[in-house]
Amino acid sequence: MDPDCNSIFSRPDSIVAILFQGSNIVETMLLVPGRSQSQGTSLNKGKLKDEYLVVTATAELNENDMRRLKLVDGDKIRLASEVGQTVVACKAKKQDDLPEGMIFIPYGPSSSQLMGSDTAASGMPMSKHMEVSVEKVES
Amino acid sequence: MPEPNQPSPKEKNKNIKIVKDATCTFCGCVCDDMELTVDLDEHRITKAKRACVLGRAWFYEHTLEDRPVVLIDGKEATLEEGMDVAAQILVDAKFPITYGLSDCTCEAQRIAVDIMDTINGNIDTTTSVCHGPSGMAFQGVGESTATLGEIRNRADLVIYWGGNPAESHPRHFTRYAVTPKGMYIPNGKKDRTVVLVDVRKTPSTPVADIFVRVKPGKDFEVLWALRALVKGKRISNDIEEQTGVSREMLDDLVYRMKNCQYGILFLGMGLTMTRGRHFNSGAIYSLAADLNEYTHFVAKPVRGHGNVTGADNVVSWQTGYPFGVNFNRGFPRFNPGEFTTSDLLARGETDAAMIIASDPASNFSKKAIEHLAKIPVITMDAKETHTTKLSKVRFAVATYGINTGGTVYRMDDIPISLRPAFDSPFPTDQEILEGIRQRIRKLLTGSKARTAF
Amino acid sequence: MSSELIIVNGQVYDPANHVDGEVKDICVRDGKIVESVSKSATRIDAHGMVVMPGAIDIHCHIAGPKVNLARKLMPEDHRLDVHPKTAVTRSGTGGIVPSTFATGYRYCTMGYTTAMEAAVPPITARHVLEELDDTPVIDKGFYVLLGNNAFLYKLLKEGRKNEFKEAIAWWVNAVHAYTVKLVNTGSDELWKGRKNANITNVNENIDHYDITPVHVMESFIEAAHELGLPHPPHIHCNNLGHSGNISTTLDTMKAAQGRRVHMAHVQFHSFGGELNKNPVSGAREIIDYINDHENITSDVGQVMFGKATAMTADAPLAWMLRNVKLDKWVNADTECESGCGILPFSYQEAIYTHTLQWAMGLELFLMSKDPWRVLMSTDHPNGGSFMNYPKLIKLLMDSAYRREALSHLNQKAINKTVLSDLDREYTLNEIAIITRAGPARALGLANKGHLGVGADADITIYTEEEDREQMFNAPRYVIKDGITVIKDHEFATDHRGKILHSKPGYNEDIAGEIEPFFEDYYSVKFSNYAVSDDYLHLHEEIPTHPKS
Repeated sequence: MDPDCNSIFSRPDSIVAILFQGSNIVETMLLVPGRSQSQGTSLNKGKLKDEYLVVTATAELNENDMRRLKLVDGDKIRLASEVGQTVVACKAKKQDDLPEGMIFIPYGPSSSQLMGSDTAASGMPMSKHMEVSVEKVES
Repeated sequence: MPEPNQPSPKEKNKNIKIVKDATCTFCGCVCDDMELTVDLDEHRITKAKRACVLGRAWFYEHTLEDRPVVLIDGKEATLEEGMDVAAQILVDAKFPITYGLSDCTCEAQRIAVDIMDTINGNIDTTTSVCHGPSGMAFQGVGESTATLGEIRNRADLVIYWGGNPAESHPRHFTRYAVTPKGMYIPNGKKDRTVVLVDVRKTPSTPVADIFVRVKPGKDFEVLWALRALVKGKRISNDIEEQTGVSREMLDDLVYRMKNCQYGILFLGMGLTMTRGRHFNSGAIYSLAADLNEYTHFVAKPVRGHGNVTGADNVVSWQTGYPFGVNFNRGFPRFNPGEFTTSDLLARGETDAAMIIASDPASNFSKKAIEHLAKIPVITMDAKETHTTKLSKVRFAVATYGINTGGTVYRMDDIPISLRPAFDSPFPTDQEILEGIRQRIRKLLTGSKARTAF
Repeated sequence: MSSELIIVNGQVYDPANHVDGEVKDICVRDGKIVESVSKSATRIDAHGMVVMPGAIDIHCHIAGPKVNLARKLMPEDHRLDVHPKTAVTRSGTGGIVPSTFATGYRYCTMGYTTAMEAAVPPITARHVLEELDDTPVIDKGFYVLLGNNAFLYKLLKEGRKNEFKEAIAWWVNAVHAYTVKLVNTGSDELWKGRKNANITNVNENIDHYDITPVHVMESFIEAAHELGLPHPPHIHCNNLGHSGNISTTLDTMKAAQGRRVHMAHVQFHSFGGELNKNPVSGAREIIDYINDHENITSDVGQVMFGKATAMTADAPLAWMLRNVKLDKWVNADTECESGCGILPFSYQEAIYTHTLQWAMGLELFLMSKDPWRVLMSTDHPNGGSFMNYPKLIKLLMDSAYRREALSHLNQKAINKTVLSDLDREYTLNEIAIITRAGPARALGLANKGHLGVGADADITIYTEEEDREQMFNAPRYVIKDGITVIKDHEFATDHRGKILHSKPGYNEDIAGEIEPFFEDYYSVKFSNYAVSDDYLHLHEEIPTHPKS
């Protein structure tokens, strides 16, 4: 219904930081943790079981972002915020489904590592839309 | 509790039991139309008719695990020893807290609040990191709302905002709000317009007649613009640049909202967990209220865990406040940010924690988790979690709704009684909490604290 | 082991047994009033004190979903009125809508030992019973909202009166209610289905059903009569708060055709004048009709100045108030059963309508010829908190105090009433009737509201004081089920009251008629709807007296 709004950012320069560390590109993106079906089904098996741990450690990125960062499905990326960092696998999503500059990850131990503790007197940490840096991790 | 039906003759040898109209407590939909086939020899549910994918995982995966009932400092102990140590930890603590409670029965929740009242502790539920902000918005502006059956019977405009029910509440569409036929919705989905508002496309998107993509963190601006347009006020020309939503789209939504017969705005955690938090929920409640000048309009948070709504209700009726309640002074006080668990832990203020049916060691901020690892923690959970792993006293409990009866509240405050499928050798949260309550009373006898009920 | 108690030297007010201030011993054994006790019985010397049965609130809103929403809605109100725990009682919060524990204790601290929650959508009955179980000391029951019930309307539309009666009995049993409640009959369908419309005339057809509110009310009154419910239909009339609503109220009372009916909070239904103009008092017309018709019982629904909360199944009314006072507002639609509206409110001395309502309530009390049928209530929290009862008693007992109070109010409104001319002062005996014996009789509670042998030992002992507000605010002793819960003004122990409910007989075949309707239009399974006996905890079934 709104074809002009495929990117979450109206201007390309909103991608605030592009740094180079060694040979890998580091970009700042927006992390959106949320529920997913496989997260829901796997947590019933057990939160310490492999399936849940894999599901909650797999992030979805826009296909264009993946290409630019030289990533393919299954590659490891390091996500870092001002409070912590975590290494997760990545998976490509189509431009129409997930806008450029946005990362989706099922809630879990990985996303918690990146979440700040300030709740702005609400009790609720800023659990979605965290600014994180993204960087490929060579295996 | 009515007796479950007798097994059919051919299943007789297998020791199979059928439980009709059982309730799934995995998500806030609390569907009460499950037909469970229970293998009593294997102690497991082998079939869950009408359950969604999440419900099937819930029923099939909750089997009897080979775990000790109680571990103290990682060593096996008796139930009595566990309750003794737990009571002593809570009584000795200067600032004990209880957290969780969304995946247990109201009967257990009522005891948990009593314990914290008795020892001047702090009680909080997973609401604070779920729709706590919506609870705060409710305190500010109120809410026009409805039970899910009313939505089924009457809603011709259904708007989901910041949620992905297809993955989080799979039967929300099919049992309650989109496809079912209702009293004044004879053709089901054909008689409804479904709108989905989100920052990304999700498996829920295909159900929508209209998909609205909002820039992340701009929900408040879109909601406020809609309020202005509903009231015939001017809005900024650059609304699309700001929010990603075009003026044409907003005008179309306003027209639909004002002219529907019965409209509903469902709100998800896409509103409460992002920039704006309770302001977002307040904006959506206010929009729904405003629309009542023109038609009938309601709003409803799509609540998460099976009985998180029950926890809200119990804590509210016992204390007057829905979550984040502190008894340090001998009476309830409420202050989100001060008495909410995430903050208490991150600031390192508490010296003991009782965590019931939740996993903050996995879901909280790094700082909060670090503090949790430093203090004595008592856990009650049907499964192993990151939190049970770091606890001093861990109780393995029976699963509510599968092994126990009791009361749960659906996301729309409808109370439902559970029908257990098979017995568990593990105690219930309620039994353990009752044991701890009795022990605390004994320990406090002769002190100034309340000692009798 | 039996526990015995004897109260000696007190002035006893027990109107049901024609005891009017005589000094008389009251004996208690195992929670009941008995003829005599042994010498070892615990003795309370009530010299200089007034002994009355425990008081009964026949109409209040203290438990359930709407009450809990109102609690959640007003943290600012709780903060100002905390309720600390004691060595024997739980903590809570007060304000206009207290927490459950505070509600029970605070009723007790005024000498109340029974209170009836007046409006419960049946689908929420479990919630109500859970809250009532957490409401200490007092006995309690609830009235189930059936007056806008979609299935019952369908039966009436089809003219199936017998099934209608059976279904009412099924519902009362299924949820453990005390009696049936009707609120703004017929309005729900218009509110939800016709963009927030309301019924304005009780003789107009309800959308989709070809029946009128009067027909619905008549049918309920007749069915309840045949079922012999201990308390007749408890009716909140249509057009509450609208100028000129006395004609609706009179039409409703006439619909009873001589059968028993209870008119709830009649003050709110005694507005004279013309629609959309300022109301005038219609108290005279209403009280004359009630005085002349012994089939009618009523509670006044007095408004008291200060904080209140509109909390009602009458959603259009709450919406009307919301548009007067643009504050936070709650609306809650319950499928097939009810509507609900909640908003914070306050009654102010300077405001014409508020003063008029205050004066109308007092007019009703002071012009009542039969205190047994015009009973005390503030429709808590709609007219003000139940904590206002002692002040209201003083207003009724002390005409000098009343005159003084009058002088601070909106005189334009006072002049629209005859209150200045009413010098009547209630006696202690009459107070005992409107707060104890009368509600018990109206409710059909044979063991309550009196101190005769066999009655429940629910007893209040007040130090007699000239200032009746002070006196009724703080009983010296409150005895519940024979246990001294308040002793020398302090809680001596906690106590659990019981649920009062009725079980009218019915033909179980009716369930087979109701079930398909559930499958089509409810969001819960029929088999999960009826509330099991587990939720009753301590309870007492009050007998019905069926007519056939």
